[in-house]
Amino acid sequence: MNKSSAWAKLGLAVLGWFIAALFFFPIFWIAVTAFKSEGDASTASLIFQPTLDAFAQVFTGTDYFLNVRNSIFVAFGSTILCFILAIPSAYRMAFYPTQKTQSLLLWMLSTKMMPAVGVLIPIYFIWQWLHLFDTVIGLVIVNALMNLPIAVWMAYTYFSEVPKGILEAGRIDGATAGQELWHLLRPMTMPGLSSTALLLIILAWNEAFWSLNLTAHDAAPLTAFIASQTGSQGQFLAQLSAASLLAVGPIMVMGWFTQKQLVRGLTFGAVK
Amino acid sequence: MSVQSPPAALTEVPGPIKKIEPAEKWRRLLMAPTVVPLLLWMIVPLALTIYFSFIHYSLESPAGNFGFVGIQNYQFLWSDSRFGTAILNTVIFLVSVLVITVVVGILLAVLYDQDFPGKNVAMLLVIAPFFVMPTVSAQIWHLLLMDPIYGVIGQFLQAIGLQPVDWLQTYPLPSIILIVSWEWIPFSFLILVTAIKSLDAEQKEAAAIDGAGPFTQFRYIVLPHLEKAIGVVVMIEMIFLLSIFAEIFTTTKGGPGDASTTLAYLVYSLGINQFDAGIASAGGILAVVLANIVSFFLVRMLAKNLQQNA
Repeated sequence: MNKSSAWAKLGLAVLGWFIAALFFFPIFWIAVTAFKSEGDASTASLIFQPTLDAFAQVFTGTDYFLNVRNSIFVAFGSTILCFILAIPSAYRMAFYPTQKTQSLLLWMLSTKMMPAVGVLIPIYFIWQWLHLFDTVIGLVIVNALMNLPIAVWMAYTYFSEVPKGILEAGRIDGATAGQELWHLLRPMTMPGLSSTALLLIILAWNEAFWSLNLTAHDAAPLTAFIASQTGSQGQFLAQLSAASLLAVGPIMVMGWFTQKQLVRGLTFGAVK
Repeated sequence: MSVQSPPAALTEVPGPIKKIEPAEKWRRLLMAPTVVPLLLWMIVPLALTIYFSFIHYSLESPAGNFGFVGIQNYQFLWSDSRFGTAILNTVIFLVSVLVITVVVGILLAVLYDQDFPGKNVAMLLVIAPFFVMPTVSAQIWHLLLMDPIYGVIGQFLQAIGLQPVDWLQTYPLPSIILIVSWEWIPFSFLILVTAIKSLDAEQKEAAAIDGAGPFTQFRYIVLPHLEKAIGVVVMIEMIFLLSIFAEIFTTTKGGPGDASTTLAYLVYSLGINQFDAGIASAGGILAVVLANIVSFFLVRMLAKNLQQNA
C-alpha cells in the first residue's frame, strides 16, 4: 500500500515537472539565446560561450530606450488615470448604493465585451484627427479606457469588504469625506488596490492590438518594437532574444505575485 | 427620479427613501468620471463604425467619399472570397483554441490539485506564458522554435533524421492555434485550478468511501463543480480571441495567401492597409454582432452571480 502510493507520488511529480518544463521551454529558450553570440544563436546547442554582446547590441544599435520609456509611461500612466477615473464611482457604489448600482456595474462590464476590432477603424481616424496618433498620451487613454471596467469592479469589491461601522465611527468623530478616504479607506484597501494596480500595469504593458495600430515610431512601446524585429534567415536572433527577455522578465515576476487578483479581476469576481 | 414628485406624496410615504439629501446630489457626480468616458468610448466609435459601414469611405479612391451606399459594403464583403475564408478561419481558430485551452486546462487543474514536491514552483512555470507579451510569444515560436532551419524543432527533427518542416508556411492556421493556445492554456488553468480548490474535500472523501473511482469522482463531482468556471473561461477567451491580431501580424501576416486571415486581420488589412474604411467597418460590425451574442450570456450569468452574493 505505502510502496505503491510512494510510486504514484513520484509519477505525479515527474509528470507535473515534465509538463511545467514543456510550457516554460520557449521562455527558457529566449533566456538562453539572449546570452549567445549571434553565431551561436542560430544553432540549438546548449553548449556555448555566454556573452553579453546581444544586450550591448540592443542598447546601442536600436531605439530600445525610447521603446522602454514609452512602455513604462503607458503602463504606469494608464494605471494612474484608470484609478483617478475609477475610485470615485467605486466609492459611491460601494458605500451609497442605489437601485441602479447593479445595472450600472453590469453595464460597465459589458463595455469590455466590445471586440477591439469592431471599433478599430473609427478610433484610428479619431486618434489622427485629435493628433493622438503615435503619441504616448493616446496610448495611455486607450489603455485606461480598456482597463477601466476592471479597475471599477475591483475597487468596488474591495470597498464593499470594508465594514460599514468603521466609516460611521469616523464620521461621528467628525472626519470629513476626504479624511475618511485617506485615513480609513486607503490603509484598509491598500493591499487589494495595489495588486489591482499591478494587474492593470501588466495588462497595459502587454497590450498589443492598439499599440501596433495606433503607433508608428515615436510612441511605439516594446510590444510594437518586438514585432518590428525581423530576424529572418537566422540573423539577429540573439539580439531579439535579449530585447524580449528584458521586456518580459520583470512583468512575469509581477504576474506571479498577482495570480489571485488576476483570477478575480479577469473573471469579474465570478471565480475567486 | 423623485425630485419632481409633489410634496404631498412625500409626507404620505414615511422614511427618507423618497427624499434626496443634498449630499446625494454630489455623490451622483462621483459616477461621472467613470460613466462619461465609458459612454463616449462605447457609443462614439460604435456609431461611427455603423455609419462608415453604410458609406463609401476610401482613402485610395476618395471620389464620392462619405456618400451613402446602402448595404453595398456588406455585399462587397459577402462576395469577396477572402471574407468566407476569414469567417471559416475565425470559427476554426476560435473553436480549436477554446477546446484545447479548456480540455488541457481541466487536465492540468486536476493534476496540479494533487500534492507533489515543488508543486508551487511547477505551477508558476505553467502559468508563465500568460504574462509574455503577444508579440514576444509570436517571435519566440516564429523565429526560435518553428523556423525550419534555425528553429529548435527543425534542428531536433533533423537530428533524429527527419525532414524539417516550415510550420508557419505549411500549416499556418494550426501553427497560430498552437501559439495562441500556449498563451491561453495558463489562463484557463489558473481559473480552473482556483475553482477546483474550492471543491469540498469531504465530498470527495465521502464519494471515495462509497466506492467511487477517480473517474467516477471526476465525472460526477469535479466536472459539475467546474461548470461555471468553464463557462467563464469560454466567454472571456471568446471576447479576447475575436480580436487576436498581434500573433498573426508578427508571424504570417494572414498568409500564405489568406490561409491564416481571420476576421480581425481582414478588418485590419481592409481598413489600415487598403484604406477602405467603409468595407472594413462592415467587417467590424460583424465582429461586434458575434461578440454581443456571446457577451449576452456572460452578462446574464454575472448578473445572477451578483444577486447570489448580494
